[in-house]
Amino acid sequence: MAARLMPGNRYFAWLRSGISMLLGHRDRGSTKTKSMTAKSESEGNAPSAVVELKAAAFTLPVIRLLDTDMDTVAEQLGAKVDQAPEFFRNAPVVVDLSALPAGADEVQFPLLVGLLRGHGMIPVGVRGGNASQNRAAEVMELAIMSETATRNPRQVTTKPASKPAAPAQTAERLPETTKPVTGGSFKLITHPIRSGQRVYTREGDLSVVGPISSGAELMADGNIHIYGPLRGRAMAGMNGDTQARIFCQSLEAELVSVAGRYRVSENIPTTLRGVPVQIFLDQEVLRIEKL
Amino acid sequence: MARIIVITSGKGGVGKTTTSAALAMGLAQRGSRTAVVDFDVGLRNLDLIMGCERRVVYDFINVINGEASLNQALIRDRRCDDLFVLPASQTRDKEALTKEGVGKVLDDLSQTFDYVVCDSPAGIEHGATMAMYYADDAVVVTNPEVSSVRDSDRMLGILASKSRRAETGNEPIREYLLLTRYSPERVANGEMLGLEDVQEILSLDLLGVIPESMSVLNASNAGIPVILDSESDAGQAYGDMVARYLGEELPHRFLEVRKKGLFSRFFKE
Repeated sequence: MAARLMPGNRYFAWLRSGISMLLGHRDRGSTKTKSMTAKSESEGNAPSAVVELKAAAFTLPVIRLLDTDMDTVAEQLGAKVDQAPEFFRNAPVVVDLSALPAGADEVQFPLLVGLLRGHGMIPVGVRGGNASQNRAAEVMELAIMSETATRNPRQVTTKPASKPAAPAQTAERLPETTKPVTGGSFKLITHPIRSGQRVYTREGDLSVVGPISSGAELMADGNIHIYGPLRGRAMAGMNGDTQARIFCQSLEAELVSVAGRYRVSENIPTTLRGVPVQIFLDQEVLRIEKL
Repeated sequence: MARIIVITSGKGGVGKTTTSAALAMGLAQRGSRTAVVDFDVGLRNLDLIMGCERRVVYDFINVINGEASLNQALIRDRRCDDLFVLPASQTRDKEALTKEGVGKVLDDLSQTFDYVVCDSPAGIEHGATMAMYYADDAVVVTNPEVSSVRDSDRMLGILASKSRRAETGNEPIREYLLLTRYSPERVANGEMLGLEDVQEILSLDLLGVIPESMSVLNASNAGIPVILDSESDAGQAYGDMVARYLGEELPHRFLEVRKKGLFSRFFKE
Protein backbone atom coordinates (compact mmCIF):
# COMPACT_ATOMS: atom_id res chain seq x y z
CA MET A 1 0.00 0.00 0.00
CA ALA A 2 1.47 3.27 -0.99
CA ALA A 3 -0.60 5.64 1.03
CA ARG A 4 -2.57 5.10 4.12
CA LEU A 5 -4.99 7.27 5.95
CA MET A 6 -3.90 7.42 9.51
CA PRO A 7 -6.28 6.92 12.33
CA GLY A 8 -6.07 10.66 12.62
CA ASN A 9 -9.73 9.99 12.76
CA ARG A 10 -12.06 12.53 11.56
CA TYR A 11 -14.90 10.49 12.95
CA PHE A 12 -14.20 12.25 16.11
CA ALA A 13 -12.87 15.43 14.70
CA TRP A 14 -15.87 17.39 15.89
CA LEU A 15 -15.61 16.02 19.32
CA ARG A 16 -11.91 16.09 19.67
CA SER A 17 -11.48 19.54 18.32
CA GLY A 18 -14.12 20.68 20.76
CA ILE A 19 -12.20 19.08 23.55
CA SER A 20 -8.99 20.53 22.27
CA MET A 21 -10.46 23.98 22.42
CA LEU A 22 -11.70 23.37 25.89
CA LEU A 23 -8.59 21.90 27.29
CA GLY A 24 -5.92 23.31 25.09
CA HIS A 25 -5.08 19.74 24.29
CA ARG A 26 -2.95 18.75 21.38
CA ASP A 27 -2.71 15.34 19.96
CA ARG A 28 -0.60 13.34 17.64
CA GLY A 29 -2.81 13.61 14.64
CA SER A 30 -3.25 17.28 15.08
CA THR A 31 -1.17 20.25 14.49
CA LYS A 32 -0.80 23.29 16.57
CA THR A 33 -1.36 26.39 14.62
CA LYS A 34 -0.43 29.82 15.65
CA SER A 35 -2.00 32.62 13.76
CA MET A 36 1.07 34.71 13.21
CA THR A 37 -0.29 36.50 10.22
CA ALA A 38 -1.09 39.77 11.80
CA LYS A 39 1.65 41.76 13.36
CA SER A 40 0.23 44.58 15.34
CA GLU A 41 2.11 47.49 13.88
CA SER A 42 -0.55 49.88 14.94
CA GLU A 43 0.32 49.36 18.56
CA GLY A 44 0.64 52.64 20.31
CA ASN A 45 -1.28 54.86 17.96
CA ALA A 46 -4.52 52.92 17.43
CA PRO A 47 -6.18 52.17 20.77
CA SER A 48 -8.64 49.46 19.78
CA ALA A 49 -7.04 46.22 18.68
CA VAL A 50 -8.43 44.65 15.54
CA VAL A 51 -6.36 41.51 15.68
CA GLU A 52 -5.54 39.07 18.39
CA LEU A 53 -2.84 36.46 18.46
CA LYS A 54 -4.05 33.14 19.69
CA ALA A 55 -2.92 29.56 19.67
CA ALA A 56 -5.43 26.89 18.77
CA ALA A 57 -5.21 23.18 18.20
CA PHE A 58 -6.87 21.44 15.28
CA THR A 59 -7.34 17.85 14.45
CA LEU A 60 -6.34 17.17 10.88
CA PRO A 61 -6.38 14.01 8.82
CA VAL A 62 -2.90 12.71 8.16
CA ILE A 63 -1.93 11.03 4.94
CA ARG A 64 0.91 8.70 5.62
CA LEU A 65 3.10 8.03 2.63
CA LEU A 66 4.53 4.54 2.50
CA ASP A 67 6.01 4.82 -0.96
CA THR A 68 7.14 7.59 -3.26
CA ASP A 69 5.72 6.17 -6.48
CA MET A 70 3.13 8.80 -7.29
CA ASP A 71 1.24 6.61 -9.74
CA THR A 72 0.48 4.04 -7.08
CA VAL A 73 -0.31 6.75 -4.57
CA ALA A 74 -2.72 8.35 -7.01
CA GLU A 75 -4.45 5.06 -7.67
CA GLN A 76 -4.88 4.06 -4.04
CA LEU A 77 -5.77 7.51 -2.82
CA GLY A 78 -8.35 7.81 -5.56
CA ALA A 79 -9.97 4.61 -4.39
CA LYS A 80 -10.09 5.90 -0.82
CA VAL A 81 -11.53 9.24 -1.80
CA ASP A 82 -14.19 7.62 -3.93
CA GLN A 83 -15.56 5.93 -0.85
CA ALA A 84 -16.27 9.23 0.82
CA PRO A 85 -15.73 12.20 -1.47
CA GLU A 86 -17.58 14.59 0.85
CA PHE A 87 -15.26 13.70 3.66
CA PHE A 88 -12.27 15.03 1.76
CA ARG A 89 -13.81 18.10 0.23
CA ASN A 90 -11.87 21.16 1.38
CA ALA A 91 -10.31 19.10 4.13
CA PRO A 92 -6.91 20.38 5.22
CA VAL A 93 -4.52 17.44 5.33
CA VAL A 94 -1.01 16.80 6.56
CA VAL A 95 1.38 14.48 4.76
CA ASP A 96 3.35 12.21 7.03
CA LEU A 97 6.71 11.20 5.63
CA SER A 98 8.04 9.30 8.59
CA ALA A 99 7.07 5.89 7.23
CA LEU A 100 8.90 6.24 3.95
CA PRO A 101 11.65 3.66 3.67
CA ALA A 102 15.18 4.96 4.01
CA GLY A 103 16.74 5.67 0.65
CA ALA A 104 13.41 6.03 -1.07
CA ASP A 105 13.18 8.23 -4.10
CA GLU A 106 12.54 11.92 -3.72
CA VAL A 107 8.96 12.75 -2.93
CA GLN A 108 7.51 14.54 -5.90
CA PHE A 109 5.73 17.23 -3.98
CA PRO A 110 4.36 19.10 -6.98
CA LEU A 111 2.67 15.92 -8.17
CA LEU A 112 1.47 15.04 -4.68
CA VAL A 113 0.06 18.48 -3.98
CA GLY A 114 -1.65 18.50 -7.35
CA LEU A 115 -3.10 15.10 -6.65
CA LEU A 116 -4.48 16.10 -3.26
CA ARG A 117 -5.89 19.37 -4.59
CA GLY A 118 -7.45 17.43 -7.42
CA HIS A 119 -9.38 15.44 -4.85
CA GLY A 120 -10.52 18.62 -3.19
CA MET A 121 -8.17 18.40 -0.26
CA ILE A 122 -6.03 21.27 0.96
CA PRO A 123 -2.53 20.05 1.76
CA VAL A 124 -1.24 22.28 4.53
CA GLY A 125 1.98 20.69 5.68
CA VAL A 126 4.27 17.76 6.11
CA ARG A 127 5.74 16.09 9.09
CA GLY A 128 8.32 13.47 9.83
CA GLY A 129 10.43 14.24 6.78
CA ASN A 130 14.20 14.53 6.57
CA ALA A 131 16.01 17.75 5.78
CA SER A 132 15.89 17.41 2.01
CA GLN A 133 12.24 16.35 2.04
CA ASN A 134 11.40 19.33 4.20
CA ARG A 135 13.18 21.67 1.81
CA ALA A 136 11.28 20.20 -1.09
CA ALA A 137 8.04 20.60 0.81
CA GLU A 138 8.78 24.20 1.65
CA VAL A 139 9.23 24.94 -2.02
CA MET A 140 5.61 23.84 -2.46
CA GLU A 141 4.64 26.19 0.38
CA LEU A 142 3.84 23.35 2.70
CA ALA A 143 4.39 24.00 6.38
CA ILE A 144 6.83 21.84 8.26
CA MET A 145 4.83 20.55 11.18
CA SER A 146 6.89 20.30 14.29
CA GLU A 147 6.98 16.71 15.41
CA THR A 148 8.15 17.50 18.90
CA ALA A 149 5.33 19.83 19.68
CA THR A 150 2.68 17.27 18.93
CA ARG A 151 4.36 14.05 19.79
CA ASN A 152 2.84 11.73 22.29
CA PRO A 153 5.40 11.52 25.06
CA ARG A 154 4.66 7.84 25.52
CA GLN A 155 5.61 7.10 21.97
CA VAL A 156 9.17 6.37 21.02
CA THR A 157 9.63 8.51 17.97
CA THR A 158 12.74 8.97 15.98
CA LYS A 159 13.94 12.44 15.28
CA PRO A 160 12.70 13.21 11.82
CA ALA A 161 15.80 14.77 10.39
CA SER A 162 18.52 12.61 11.83
CA LYS A 163 17.35 9.05 11.40
CA PRO A 164 15.99 7.04 8.53
CA ALA A 165 12.33 6.30 8.77
CA ALA A 166 12.46 2.52 8.58
CA PRO A 167 12.49 1.86 12.34
CA ALA A 168 9.46 4.03 12.71
CA GLN A 169 7.64 1.79 10.32
CA THR A 170 8.31 -1.30 12.37
CA ALA A 171 7.42 0.53 15.51
CA GLU A 172 4.10 1.37 13.96
CA ARG A 173 3.42 -2.23 13.06
CA LEU A 174 4.56 -3.96 16.18
CA PRO A 175 3.12 -3.52 19.61
CA GLU A 176 5.26 -1.07 21.43
CA THR A 177 7.23 -2.73 24.12
CA THR A 178 9.33 0.15 25.26
CA LYS A 179 7.19 2.79 26.80
CA PRO A 180 8.93 5.32 28.91
CA VAL A 181 6.05 7.00 30.66
CA THR A 182 7.27 10.51 31.00
CA GLY A 183 5.23 13.44 32.17
CA GLY A 184 2.20 11.15 32.32
CA SER A 185 -0.49 12.06 34.78
CA PHE A 186 -2.90 9.79 36.53
CA LYS A 187 -6.35 10.60 37.75
CA LEU A 188 -8.41 8.74 40.31
CA ILE A 189 -12.01 9.65 40.96
CA THR A 190 -14.00 8.03 43.72
CA HIS A 191 -17.43 9.51 43.15
CA PRO A 192 -20.05 8.86 40.49
CA ILE A 193 -19.71 10.72 37.19
CA ARG A 194 -23.06 12.28 36.47
CA SER A 195 -24.87 13.01 33.26
CA GLY A 196 -23.37 16.12 31.67
CA GLN A 197 -20.03 15.83 33.44
CA ARG A 198 -16.87 15.22 31.51
CA VAL A 199 -13.53 14.15 32.80
CA TYR A 200 -10.35 14.24 30.79
CA THR A 201 -6.96 12.91 31.77
CA ARG A 202 -4.24 14.29 29.67
CA GLU A 203 -1.31 12.04 28.92
CA GLY A 204 -2.31 9.41 31.39
CA ASP A 205 -4.82 6.94 32.71
CA LEU A 206 -8.15 7.62 34.29
CA SER A 207 -9.65 5.43 36.99
CA VAL A 208 -13.12 5.88 38.38
CA VAL A 209 -14.53 4.03 41.34
CA GLY A 210 -18.25 4.49 40.88
CA PRO A 211 -20.87 4.48 38.16
CA ILE A 212 -20.62 6.52 34.97
CA SER A 213 -24.08 7.82 34.22
CA SER A 214 -25.53 7.96 30.79
CA GLY A 215 -24.74 11.35 29.34
CA ALA A 216 -21.38 11.52 31.12
CA GLU A 217 -18.08 11.48 29.26
CA LEU A 218 -14.75 10.03 30.25
CA MET A 219 -11.70 10.82 28.17
CA ALA A 220 -8.09 9.90 28.60
CA ASP A 221 -4.98 9.89 26.49
CA GLY A 222 -4.18 6.59 28.16
CA ASN A 223 -6.37 3.80 29.53
CA ILE A 224 -9.70 4.15 31.27
CA HIS A 225 -10.56 1.92 34.22
CA ILE A 226 -14.06 1.92 35.61
CA TYR A 227 -14.91 0.08 38.80
CA GLY A 228 -18.62 0.29 38.30
CA PRO A 229 -21.08 0.29 35.43
CA LEU A 230 -20.23 2.34 32.35
CA ARG A 231 -23.45 3.89 31.09
CA GLY A 232 -22.07 7.01 29.46
CA ARG A 233 -19.24 7.45 27.01
CA ALA A 234 -15.65 6.42 27.40
CA MET A 235 -12.89 7.45 25.02
CA ALA A 236 -9.41 6.12 25.58
CA GLY A 237 -6.33 6.92 23.55
CA MET A 238 -7.58 10.42 22.83
CA ASN A 239 -4.23 11.43 21.37
CA GLY A 240 -4.24 8.53 18.96
CA ASP A 241 -2.58 5.94 21.16
CA THR A 242 -3.83 2.68 19.66
CA GLN A 243 -2.55 0.71 22.62
CA ALA A 244 -4.97 2.33 25.05
CA ARG A 245 -7.74 0.25 26.51
CA ILE A 246 -10.98 0.66 28.39
CA PHE A 247 -11.90 -1.62 31.27
CA CYS A 248 -15.21 -1.63 33.02
CA GLN A 249 -17.17 -3.82 35.38
CA SER A 250 -20.41 -3.62 33.49
CA LEU A 251 -20.68 -2.43 29.93
CA GLU A 252 -23.87 -0.45 29.41
CA ALA A 253 -22.19 2.33 27.46
CA GLU A 254 -23.65 4.76 24.98
CA LEU A 255 -20.36 4.88 23.16
CA VAL A 256 -16.86 3.52 23.54
CA SER A 257 -13.82 4.53 21.57
CA VAL A 258 -10.13 3.84 21.42
CA ALA A 259 -7.92 6.16 19.40
CA GLY A 260 -10.93 7.41 17.51
CA ARG A 261 -12.33 4.00 16.57
CA TYR A 262 -15.71 3.93 18.16
CA ARG A 263 -18.80 1.86 18.67
CA VAL A 264 -22.18 3.09 19.74
CA SER A 265 -24.49 1.19 22.01
CA GLU A 266 -26.52 -0.15 19.08
CA ASN A 267 -23.49 -1.97 17.76
CA ILE A 268 -22.56 -3.61 21.01
CA PRO A 269 -23.82 -7.20 21.06
CA THR A 270 -26.26 -7.96 23.83
CA THR A 271 -24.04 -10.77 25.06
CA LEU A 272 -21.45 -8.19 25.99
CA ARG A 273 -23.83 -5.84 27.72
CA GLY A 274 -23.89 -5.77 31.48
CA VAL A 275 -20.75 -7.84 31.86
CA PRO A 276 -17.17 -6.90 32.73
CA VAL A 277 -15.21 -6.21 29.56
CA GLN A 278 -12.10 -4.74 28.13
CA ILE A 279 -12.13 -2.74 24.94
CA PHE A 280 -9.09 -2.38 22.75
CA LEU A 281 -7.87 -2.04 19.18
CA ASP A 282 -6.85 -5.18 17.41
CA GLN A 283 -5.47 -4.48 13.94
CA GLU A 284 -7.32 -1.18 13.93
CA VAL A 285 -10.59 -2.90 14.73
CA LEU A 286 -12.29 -2.07 17.98
CA ARG A 287 -12.75 -5.23 19.97
CA ILE A 288 -14.81 -5.81 23.06
CA GLU A 289 -13.90 -8.84 25.08
CA LYS A 290 -15.34 -10.32 28.24
CA LEU A 291 -13.02 -10.20 31.19
CA MET B 1 -25.80 29.04 61.64
CA ALA B 2 -28.63 27.54 59.71
CA ARG B 3 -28.38 24.47 57.57
CA ILE B 4 -29.32 25.41 54.00
CA ILE B 5 -31.24 22.69 52.19
CA VAL B 6 -32.05 22.91 48.49
CA ILE B 7 -34.93 20.95 47.04
CA THR B 8 -34.08 20.39 43.41
CA SER B 9 -34.69 18.02 40.50
CA GLY B 10 -33.93 19.43 37.09
CA LYS B 11 -37.26 18.24 35.76
CA GLY B 12 -40.46 20.11 36.42
CA GLY B 13 -43.61 18.80 38.03
CA VAL B 14 -41.95 16.12 40.10
CA GLY B 15 -42.92 17.53 43.48
CA LYS B 16 -40.22 20.01 44.48
CA THR B 17 -42.56 22.58 45.93
CA THR B 18 -44.70 19.97 47.68
CA THR B 19 -41.53 18.54 49.18
CA SER B 20 -40.20 21.95 50.18
CA ALA B 21 -43.43 22.74 51.98
CA ALA B 22 -43.54 19.34 53.66
CA LEU B 23 -39.91 19.36 54.76
CA ALA B 24 -40.11 22.92 56.09
CA MET B 25 -43.32 22.22 57.95
CA GLY B 26 -41.94 18.96 59.32
CA LEU B 27 -38.78 20.61 60.61
CA ALA B 28 -40.72 23.49 62.12
CA GLN B 29 -43.18 21.14 63.82
CA ARG B 30 -40.23 19.50 65.51
CA GLY B 31 -39.33 22.85 67.00
CA SER B 32 -36.65 24.12 64.61
CA ARG B 33 -36.96 27.65 63.36
CA THR B 34 -37.34 27.14 59.63
CA ALA B 35 -37.62 29.44 56.65
CA VAL B 36 -38.69 28.22 53.26
CA VAL B 37 -37.61 30.34 50.30
CA ASP B 38 -39.21 30.24 46.86
CA PHE B 39 -36.58 30.64 44.13
CA ASP B 40 -39.04 30.22 41.29
CA VAL B 41 -39.14 33.86 40.29
CA GLY B 42 -41.95 34.50 37.84
CA LEU B 43 -43.71 31.20 38.49
CA ARG B 44 -44.16 31.27 42.20
CA ASN B 45 -46.17 28.43 43.69
CA LEU B 46 -44.86 27.90 47.17
CA ASP B 47 -47.18 30.52 48.64
CA LEU B 48 -50.16 28.60 47.23
CA ILE B 49 -48.99 25.27 48.57
CA MET B 50 -48.34 26.90 51.94
CA GLY B 51 -51.71 28.64 51.83
CA CYS B 52 -50.32 32.12 52.37
CA GLU B 53 -50.84 33.60 48.90
CA ARG B 54 -53.18 36.30 50.22
CA ARG B 55 -50.63 37.56 52.67
CA VAL B 56 -47.78 38.23 50.25
CA VAL B 57 -46.76 41.88 50.35
CA TYR B 58 -43.04 41.92 49.75
CA ASP B 59 -41.00 39.20 48.14
CA PHE B 60 -37.51 37.77 47.85
CA ILE B 61 -36.50 40.19 45.07
CA ASN B 62 -37.69 43.17 47.10
CA VAL B 63 -35.38 42.03 49.87
CA ILE B 64 -32.46 41.51 47.50
CA ASN B 65 -32.98 44.98 46.04
CA GLY B 66 -33.28 46.52 49.47
CA GLU B 67 -36.86 47.62 48.90
CA ALA B 68 -38.04 45.75 51.95
CA SER B 69 -36.46 44.26 55.03
CA LEU B 70 -36.30 40.53 55.53
CA ASN B 71 -38.75 40.76 58.42
CA GLN B 72 -41.25 42.62 56.26
CA ALA B 73 -41.11 39.98 53.57
CA LEU B 74 -41.13 36.86 55.73
CA ILE B 75 -44.61 35.45 56.27
CA ARG B 76 -45.19 33.57 59.49
CA ASP B 77 -47.18 30.39 59.04
CA ARG B 78 -50.52 30.41 60.83
CA ARG B 79 -50.27 26.74 61.81
CA CYS B 80 -46.74 26.67 63.10
CA ASP B 81 -44.98 29.56 64.80
CA ASP B 82 -41.52 28.39 63.84
CA LEU B 83 -42.18 28.36 60.11
CA PHE B 84 -41.71 31.34 57.80
CA VAL B 85 -42.19 31.68 54.07
CA LEU B 86 -40.18 33.97 51.83
CA PRO B 87 -42.19 34.15 48.61
CA ALA B 88 -40.77 34.67 45.13
CA SER B 89 -41.63 37.62 42.98
CA GLN B 90 -44.22 36.91 40.34
CA THR B 91 -43.43 39.96 38.25
CA ARG B 92 -39.66 40.16 38.13
CA ASP B 93 -37.10 38.44 36.04
CA LYS B 94 -34.98 35.53 37.25
CA GLU B 95 -31.89 37.63 36.59
CA ALA B 96 -32.84 39.71 39.60
CA LEU B 97 -31.46 36.85 41.67
CA THR B 98 -27.86 37.93 41.93
CA LYS B 99 -25.29 35.74 43.58
CA GLU B 100 -24.39 38.48 46.05
CA GLY B 101 -28.03 39.31 46.75
CA VAL B 102 -29.03 35.71 47.36
CA GLY B 103 -25.93 35.18 49.48
CA LYS B 104 -26.77 38.19 51.62
CA VAL B 105 -30.38 37.10 52.20
CA LEU B 106 -29.41 33.51 53.04
CA ASP B 107 -26.72 34.81 55.32
CA ASP B 108 -29.21 37.00 57.16
CA LEU B 109 -31.65 34.11 57.43
CA SER B 110 -28.87 31.91 58.77
CA GLN B 111 -28.46 34.25 61.73
CA THR B 112 -31.91 33.58 63.12
CA PHE B 113 -33.05 30.27 61.65
CA ASP B 114 -32.02 26.65 62.15
CA TYR B 115 -32.97 25.52 58.67
CA VAL B 116 -33.43 27.37 55.40
CA VAL B 117 -35.24 25.32 52.77
CA CYS B 118 -34.72 26.55 49.21
CA ASP B 119 -37.39 25.57 46.73
CA SER B 120 -35.60 25.45 43.38
CA PRO B 121 -37.29 26.11 40.06
CA ALA B 122 -37.15 23.41 37.40
CA GLY B 123 -34.35 23.43 34.88
CA ILE B 124 -30.67 24.07 35.23
CA GLU B 125 -30.80 27.76 34.46
CA HIS B 126 -30.04 30.75 36.60
CA GLY B 127 -32.80 30.35 39.16
CA ALA B 128 -31.96 26.73 39.82
CA THR B 129 -28.24 27.36 40.08
CA MET B 130 -28.85 30.23 42.50
CA ALA B 131 -31.07 28.03 44.65
CA MET B 132 -28.36 25.40 45.00
CA TYR B 133 -25.28 27.58 45.09
CA TYR B 134 -25.22 28.15 48.85
CA ALA B 135 -26.68 24.80 49.86
CA ASP B 136 -25.28 22.52 52.54
CA ASP B 137 -27.68 19.67 51.77
CA ALA B 138 -29.58 18.82 48.63
CA VAL B 139 -32.72 16.77 48.30
CA VAL B 140 -33.03 15.57 44.74
CA VAL B 141 -36.67 14.92 43.97
CA THR B 142 -37.13 12.26 41.33
CA ASN B 143 -40.07 10.49 39.78
CA PRO B 144 -39.59 6.85 38.88
CA GLU B 145 -39.28 7.43 35.16
CA VAL B 146 -36.25 7.68 32.90
CA SER B 147 -36.31 11.36 31.98
CA SER B 148 -36.69 12.47 35.57
CA VAL B 149 -33.88 10.16 36.65
CA ARG B 150 -31.56 11.49 33.98
CA ASP B 151 -32.37 15.10 34.84
CA SER B 152 -31.70 14.37 38.49
CA ASP B 153 -28.42 12.82 37.54
CA ARG B 154 -27.52 15.94 35.59
CA MET B 155 -28.52 18.08 38.54
CA LEU B 156 -26.27 16.03 40.82
CA GLY B 157 -23.39 16.73 38.48
CA ILE B 158 -24.09 20.44 38.69
CA LEU B 159 -24.39 20.27 42.47
CA ALA B 160 -20.96 18.67 42.56
CA SER B 161 -19.34 21.36 40.47
CA LYS B 162 -21.17 24.66 40.66
CA SER B 163 -21.94 25.18 44.31
CA ARG B 164 -20.12 27.39 46.76
CA ARG B 165 -18.88 24.32 48.57
CA ALA B 166 -17.44 22.94 45.35
CA GLU B 167 -15.89 26.24 44.36
CA THR B 168 -14.27 26.86 47.71
CA GLY B 169 -13.15 23.25 48.04
CA ASN B 170 -15.18 22.63 51.18
CA GLU B 171 -16.86 19.39 52.10
CA PRO B 172 -19.27 18.65 49.24
CA ILE B 173 -23.02 19.12 49.50
CA ARG B 174 -24.76 16.18 51.16
CA GLU B 175 -27.06 14.71 48.56
CA TYR B 176 -30.25 12.80 49.24
CA LEU B 177 -32.68 11.09 46.95
CA LEU B 178 -36.40 11.48 47.40
CA LEU B 179 -38.51 9.35 45.13
CA THR B 180 -41.96 10.83 44.66
CA ARG B 181 -45.16 9.77 42.91
CA TYR B 182 -44.15 6.16 43.42
CA SER B 183 -46.80 3.69 42.44
CA PRO B 184 -46.01 0.11 43.50
CA GLU B 185 -48.76 -1.18 41.23
CA ARG B 186 -47.23 0.42 38.14
CA VAL B 187 -43.78 -0.74 39.15
CA ALA B 188 -45.12 -4.27 39.45
CA ASN B 189 -46.61 -3.94 35.96
CA GLY B 190 -43.30 -2.73 34.60
CA GLU B 191 -44.69 0.69 33.72
CA MET B 192 -42.46 2.51 36.16
CA LEU B 193 -38.87 2.21 37.27
CA GLY B 194 -38.55 0.44 40.58
CA LEU B 195 -36.82 1.88 43.59
CA GLU B 196 -33.81 -0.37 43.01
CA ASP B 197 -33.46 0.71 39.39
CA VAL B 198 -33.46 4.36 40.36
CA GLN B 199 -31.00 3.82 43.17
CA GLU B 200 -28.73 1.84 40.93
CA ILE B 201 -28.57 4.70 38.46
CA LEU B 202 -28.29 7.52 40.96
CA SER B 203 -26.52 5.72 43.82
CA LEU B 204 -27.61 8.15 46.52
CA ASP B 205 -28.78 8.00 50.10
CA LEU B 206 -32.51 7.43 49.99
CA LEU B 207 -34.36 9.93 52.12
CA GLY B 208 -37.78 8.56 51.37
CA VAL B 209 -40.30 7.24 48.91
CA ILE B 210 -43.52 9.20 48.61
CA PRO B 211 -46.36 7.17 47.13
CA GLU B 212 -48.51 8.56 44.37
CA SER B 213 -51.51 9.82 46.24
CA MET B 214 -54.65 11.83 45.73
CA SER B 215 -53.98 13.49 49.06
CA VAL B 216 -51.07 15.46 47.56
CA LEU B 217 -53.28 17.19 45.04
CA ASN B 218 -56.01 17.75 47.57
CA ALA B 219 -53.55 19.27 50.01
CA SER B 220 -52.09 21.54 47.34
CA ASN B 221 -55.50 22.76 46.36
CA ALA B 222 -56.32 23.49 49.96
CA GLY B 223 -53.00 25.22 50.64
CA ILE B 224 -52.10 22.77 53.37
CA PRO B 225 -48.69 21.08 53.25
CA VAL B 226 -49.47 17.40 52.79
CA ILE B 227 -47.33 16.45 55.77
CA LEU B 228 -50.12 17.83 57.97
CA ASP B 229 -52.48 15.21 56.56
CA SER B 230 -51.24 12.47 58.84
CA GLU B 231 -54.05 10.19 57.75
CA SER B 232 -52.73 9.94 54.22
CA ASP B 233 -49.93 7.67 53.05
CA ALA B 234 -48.12 10.61 51.40
CA GLY B 235 -48.36 12.63 54.60
CA GLN B 236 -46.91 9.77 56.62
CA ALA B 237 -44.18 9.18 54.08
CA TYR B 238 -43.19 12.84 54.28
CA GLY B 239 -43.17 12.54 58.07
CA ASP B 240 -40.75 9.64 57.75
CA MET B 241 -38.64 11.68 55.37
CA VAL B 242 -38.22 14.49 57.88
CA ALA B 243 -37.32 12.01 60.61
CA ARG B 244 -34.73 10.37 58.37
CA TYR B 245 -33.28 13.74 57.45
CA LEU B 246 -32.80 14.37 61.15
CA GLY B 247 -30.96 11.11 61.53
CA GLU B 248 -33.60 8.60 62.57
CA GLU B 249 -33.48 5.22 60.92
CA LEU B 250 -36.87 4.14 59.71
CA PRO B 251 -37.88 1.38 57.33
CA HIS B 252 -39.22 2.56 53.99
CA ARG B 253 -42.97 2.18 53.69
CA PHE B 254 -45.49 2.08 50.87
CA LEU B 255 -43.20 0.11 48.56
CA GLU B 256 -45.39 -2.96 48.20
CA VAL B 257 -48.54 -3.41 46.23
CA ARG B 258 -51.40 -3.33 48.67
CA LYS B 259 -53.52 -6.43 48.44
CA LYS B 260 -57.07 -5.41 47.91
CA GLY B 261 -58.96 -7.82 50.11
CA LEU B 262 -62.68 -8.05 50.35
CA PHE B 263 -62.58 -6.02 53.52
CA SER B 264 -60.74 -3.03 52.12
CA ARG B 265 -62.74 -3.13 48.93
CA PHE B 266 -65.89 -3.06 50.92
CA PHE B 267 -64.89 -0.16 53.09
CA LYS B 268 -62.84 1.66 50.47
CA GLU B 269 -60.22 2.01 53.17
